[in-house]
Amino acid sequence: MITYDSITKIYGKGNNAVTAIDDISFTIPKGEVVVFLGPSGCGKTTTLRLTNRLETLTRGNITIENQNIMDLDVVQLRQRLGYVIQAIGLFPNKTIAENIAVVPNLLRWDQARIKQRVDELLEITNLDPEQYRDRYPVELSGGQQQRVGVARGLAADPKILLMDEPFGAIDPINREEIQDEFLKLQSKLKKTVAFVSHDIHEAIKMGDRIAIFNQGKLVQYDTPEMILTQPKNKFVSDFVGADRALKVLGLMRVSGIINRKPKNIIQGADRAQAALHFLDTKESRYGIVLEKNKPIGFVTQKNLKYEEGPVRDVVEPYPIFISEKTTLRDVLSSMLMYSTPTFCVVDEDKNFIGTVTYNDIQKAVKASYADETENVENGVSS
Amino acid sequence: MSTLQFIMDNFSQVMYLCWEHIWIVGIALLIATPIGVALGIVITKHEKFASKVLNGANILMTIPSLALFGLMLPILSIFNMGLGKVPAVIALVFYSQLPIIRNTYTAIKNVPPALVDAGRGLGMSRWRLLRELEIPLATPVIIAGLRTAAVMNIGVAAIATYIGAGGLGVYIQQGIARVYPEMILAGAILVSLLAILVDGGMALLERIATPEGIRVQRKLSR
Repeated sequence: MITYDSITKIYGKGNNAVTAIDDISFTIPKGEVVVFLGPSGCGKTTTLRLTNRLETLTRGNITIENQNIMDLDVVQLRQRLGYVIQAIGLFPNKTIAENIAVVPNLLRWDQARIKQRVDELLEITNLDPEQYRDRYPVELSGGQQQRVGVARGLAADPKILLMDEPFGAIDPINREEIQDEFLKLQSKLKKTVAFVSHDIHEAIKMGDRIAIFNQGKLVQYDTPEMILTQPKNKFVSDFVGADRALKVLGLMRVSGIINRKPKNIIQGADRAQAALHFLDTKESRYGIVLEKNKPIGFVTQKNLKYEEGPVRDVVEPYPIFISEKTTLRDVLSSMLMYSTPTFCVVDEDKNFIGTVTYNDIQKAVKASYADETENVENGVSS
Repeated sequence: MSTLQFIMDNFSQVMYLCWEHIWIVGIALLIATPIGVALGIVITKHEKFASKVLNGANILMTIPSLALFGLMLPILSIFNMGLGKVPAVIALVFYSQLPIIRNTYTAIKNVPPALVDAGRGLGMSRWRLLRELEIPLATPVIIAGLRTAAVMNIGVAAIATYIGAGGLGVYIQQGIARVYPEMILAGAILVSLLAILVDGGMALLERIATPEGIRVQRKLSR
């Protein structure tokens, strides 16, 4: 846990004084990732650097696990806080193993233990120890270097990680991948993470909470959902962007809106005319065709009209299936791509679980904004 | 050819003077290096002294060598060391300061701030950071400074013969006095050869002292 208690940072003196951080208070709960988000010069990086005393507080208190950072020896404090910065932070004169071993060496671990830990960290960051241990940073790609950076931050198993735009210098494709890896790692390690980013997408993806900074002030501190659906003021809604609705979709998963008992299920072995009649009674223009509880495709009333045989002969296959974990953003994208308004949700063995339709998604988005509309109306009337 | 003949005829003396020359320059460099490197590092951490120290070293450099010997003469005479190798070595130590301090200062300053920041953030002490990051990265440039100092000192040491320091300058000085061109040439050529050899040797050292990671980096960026 990290607590910021009315922290203020002023650079310079007298008339030249610049207030970089203006009386900010918030708490990063244990085991959560909090993203510090904002435009450049907003104070997010300064806040991070105040935490490990790379900058010195002007006023206020910062405590980690209920210890005031000013009461701790500065070098020991930093060794307790894992620190990850952009890939350029790797020491070019040290091998990958030596880079990762920096903090364990400072802590005077014995060499056998360090070697074991280095290999372990290379494994969990998806780098083959045999291949990379004795390489130099320049020999690795940007994404690989960044993995090493994360490994170095994790080396001494700190409870708290400070990450300063750790994935900022990586191309978008690799960034997605490394973010996913980090999230997977984090779900196991449960570190308390302060994560600086200027990228709203990254913030929504990585953060359990987001702290939005502007001009040295903390504007809003909330979960990504709340930031997207109930931005506190115009600055936040502008920063979040006009495509807020799409971003909200990125947070919602199929499991939240799935229809587990759709009315228009047909079995592959059903006769076409019986199926047509069934769809008529259910007032559905199409049916989802299952066989042994696995979806094989869909049929429209038009397909069935002049058919006599079993339904499976005229079935049109679905281009893709989705899982309960898929984000609604991805589902919507697929709907647009394949012009299909309905998709089947399946489990790992391709068994049918339910359906998601375009209307369901629309309803879900509307629901998430319902509160906001009320707020705005109240705001106008009051 | 007669110059070569001169060298052959006086081979043992030539060797002795060469050795003397190398000795003066070598000792001066051994003393100058720790002073210069230390000063160079100190002024990176205390910026306000940087320009003062660098200017001081610059001024030392502008003093002509003969004038410097003259200046030291009365002072060192108090200890009965006004002439000979002592003032020569001291002068060379002075002259070495500028290239050594300047290169050390520049090299340490050129270590990317992000790296220093990363090191500090990971909890490295200032000393540790110097030892494990800044000095290794700065070493090639520091050695380049030593190389400049060494080559320059070989030239200055040839003049030190006027205060009785010995070395290959002896041939130049005496050759001029005796109007003996072969002798002058022998001295001049040997001093030049020595400078070229030392330059090459230091270049090699520069390469060896470059951290492997940086060498790999250079190879890849080529």
